[in-house]
Amino acid sequence: MSEDPDIRNSAKAAPDVLGQPEVPSSRLIATLGMAGALAGLLLVFVFQWAQPRILAYQAEVLRQAIQEVLAGPARYETLFLVNGSLTNQLPPGVDSLDLERVYLGYDDSGEPVGFAIAGAEPGFQDIIRLLFGYDPDTGRILGMKVLENKETPGLGDKIEKDSVFVGRFEGVLVPLLGVKSGRVTGNEHEVVMITGATISSRTVIEIINNQIEHWGSLLNGFAGEPAQ
Amino acid sequence: MRATTPRYDLLRGVWEENPVLVQLLGLCPALAVTNTVANSIAMGLATFFVLFGSSLLVSTFKRFIPHEVRISAYILIIATFVTIADLVLAAVVPTIHKALGAFIALIVVNCMILGRQEAFASKRPVGRALLDAAGTGVGFIIALLMMGAFREILGYGSFLGFPLFGGSYEPWIIMILPPGGFFTLGFILLGFGWWRGRKSQPRVRQWPHGVGAVTSTRRAA
Repeated sequence: MSEDPDIRNSAKAAPDVLGQPEVPSSRLIATLGMAGALAGLLLVFVFQWAQPRILAYQAEVLRQAIQEVLAGPARYETLFLVNGSLTNQLPPGVDSLDLERVYLGYDDSGEPVGFAIAGAEPGFQDIIRLLFGYDPDTGRILGMKVLENKETPGLGDKIEKDSVFVGRFEGVLVPLLGVKSGRVTGNEHEVVMITGATISSRTVIEIINNQIEHWGSLLNGFAGEPAQ
Repeated sequence: MRATTPRYDLLRGVWEENPVLVQLLGLCPALAVTNTVANSIAMGLATFFVLFGSSLLVSTFKRFIPHEVRISAYILIIATFVTIADLVLAAVVPTIHKALGAFIALIVVNCMILGRQEAFASKRPVGRALLDAAGTGVGFIIALLMMGAFREILGYGSFLGFPLFGGSYEPWIIMILPPGGFFTLGFILLGFGWWRGRKSQPRVRQWPHGVGAVTSTRRAA
């Protein structure tokens, strides 16, 4: 581009380093420091604008997922694990973000319908994050929804997108047992896995089993109590 | 070819020096996130925004940026715009942000953007830098759209999420997996190269009586 007049004649062009006196280090540091500070300031404003919207979206996703896995409860409340027991009252001075939690749904008459429990474990590619509904009285799964996965498109991501697979969890007794299609025996613990996505399917089943083992007796205790 | 008109500054990046199809820059996002048209558009727009904003600032402040730290300064400016794009996408179109994942943050290392700053914006007036950024950004969007359309139509049997072929279509899953990105890019480059080569060949008009004459030579576009 030697014919470009803006380069040939312009004093505004960036100076050629050859033949130029050396720029003092202080000026280099000052330039980058100033630019960094301005960039930081700008990002603070953008972050303050964006953060409430991002949190609101995440809360909405969670709310919809709870509605889905508990088959549309009239309302639900968040129960936190504090000192080894579940409570809906946060002790003062504790940040709710640090606490493990489950969500307890109620039907129209105020009876508990079941818990929505989140879990996450490594799948075939990356962490699979899901929410499932569980009724401790009957020991059955109410529903399952994958919240986040990076499994193979077209194969592993069926754990989220294939409504047939998702529907198979409804009403199954815990602990769940993954079976390959064609080896179904009619056992009420069985969930038929996706052909070609055995690892992803098995991870979903293991997340649910591990979470139920983790929460186990705590849920039985709380569900037996009156609602308020 | 004169390289000084505003029109040429704008159009050069769109087609003649298309960043993906000719310069083969920015291939990482071009391969990684073009499995659907929607993802391609979002990635193209985010990259356009970063390129345009960076070119504006680099061109405006070129006299204040010491030569020794220019690359650091360019990267700082680019990274700031990328972070803004990342936050805005997460707040406005969360599902697309989720689909693009880490590739938004990786716009920082898209050498197409740094290349335009070092080769063009840091040496030209603001207006020309913006024209060049707009042209290059549009060229990038066009290339991503071509790949995204090709891969979504074959891989999902849909365009922008609308099914095209009815229920009996068996999707080519490979087209939405990483190998499909390489296949698609290869075929598009092959077609593009063939088309450019054909345009650059001299046109021979056949005269009667077997007289062959070269009547026009169209220069390589």
